[in-house]
Amino acid sequence: MGLSAKHLLGIKDLLKEDIELILSTASQFKDVLQRSVKKVPSLRDVTIVNLFYENSTRTRISFELAEKRLSADTVNFAISGSSAAKGETLLDTVNNILSMKVDMVVMRHSASGAPHFLAKHIPAAIINAGDGINEHPTQALLDAYSMQEKFGSLKGLRVAIVGDIMHSRVALSNIYLLSKMGAEIVVAGPPTLIPTYMEAALPVRVEYNLEKALAWCDVANVLRIQLERQNQPLFSSLREYNQAYGISKRLLDRLGKEITIMHPGPINRGVELDSEVADGPYSIILNQVENGVAVRMAVLYLLAGRNN
Amino acid sequence: MKTILSKQQIGLTVKRLAQQVLENHPSLEETVIIGIQPRGVYLSDQVVRELENIVSPGLIRYGKLDITFYRDDVRKEFHVANKTDIPFSIENRNVVIIDDVLYTGRTIRAALDALLDFGRPARVELCVLIDRRFSRELPIQPDYIGRAIDTIPADKVKVYWQERDGKDEVVIV
Repeated sequence: MGLSAKHLLGIKDLLKEDIELILSTASQFKDVLQRSVKKVPSLRDVTIVNLFYENSTRTRISFELAEKRLSADTVNFAISGSSAAKGETLLDTVNNILSMKVDMVVMRHSASGAPHFLAKHIPAAIINAGDGINEHPTQALLDAYSMQEKFGSLKGLRVAIVGDIMHSRVALSNIYLLSKMGAEIVVAGPPTLIPTYMEAALPVRVEYNLEKALAWCDVANVLRIQLERQNQPLFSSLREYNQAYGISKRLLDRLGKEITIMHPGPINRGVELDSEVADGPYSIILNQVENGVAVRMAVLYLLAGRNN
Repeated sequence: MKTILSKQQIGLTVKRLAQQVLENHPSLEETVIIGIQPRGVYLSDQVVRELENIVSPGLIRYGKLDITFYRDDVRKEFHVANKTDIPFSIENRNVVIIDDVLYTGRTIRAALDALLDFGRPARVELCVLIDRRFSRELPIQPDYIGRAIDTIPADKVKVYWQERDGKDEVVIV
């Protein structure tokens, strides 16, 4: 029993039963988070290091809160002002930290596959908090939890993932998870941001017309346009992107249907989402954030036990 | 396999337990009944139903507690967590914990820790269907006992409930 794997490196290797176990455990933890004492003592003998080689506020805080709510001890390693700046290798850094008897590693790194590399070389349990443009499994899990909370079940749910699909680890993890759980997936965005042979490689349908994608879907998961990329020849300008692929209230009113809006954050207001939509009645973006702590608690709890 | 309590005996015992609880809590106004997940809730459902037959139903504060996250062996074995539903305050109230079998006492120790995270009760009492006496690993004793039995560690006491197993019976295997 428990999870089938020792690490959470990606949704790709998870079984459907693992996903269901994580989501149902997350429910119990969400209840804990509603109480006045938001803590349980389950992981009080565990020390967890948050190894963030890429800047992140929301994911790191979410993990840190999850760890503290489980009564674990947490250690933070951020890229700036660290030994990595002095040229220490990843393996050396982690082995140094492990020598201080740390039990689990939560890692975000700009190189795809970094957590997989680590998993081969160290005995601690590893949780991938985002590796390059590969996967971001806990984001997909909290997205799934939020959709399940709203719709009851993921089976047959029509999900449109909108935006920079090419560079998105959130998109890939979501695609793996939603297909394992029986949802239908459309990816929508400009052709320059969607890999050419995507339909052949993954169980998705590609749609370059945003309005058609929204007319079909029950829920739209809107990805962030990385502002760093606006000077690359991928789209002409942020304003043009917004005209063609931004979700505005006017567009939603024209479609005349209720579409649940999701976004992994942080939102570029006025680019991929207009403020009225992000703050509107169909948005469950803040629920996603709330659910993120519960889902991460579930993952930490289920993986910690495997150490024995 | 040996039957400790038959269906009829379980029915009578539940009635008696409910009446004993009522003896000590005549008004039930400041009393809270908590059933322990996953198996104690079948017993607590029945005790509460019995109490509702005697006093008016609206009076009884009934909640369910899952102690998985408070276990002292939480990471040695894997346990599925069930729902905790305590939709009222336990602050300054008299709590009656209900579980099916009291064995080592570790579950109740965990339940006490969990309850204290909900508030500070005035008093906590324990009601069990079966007390495996002389098997305690912690200093915990029941206040209301269905049947006290003597067992060795190799024995397993199984409580079967109609809703889950299709019959009401308590056996030792």
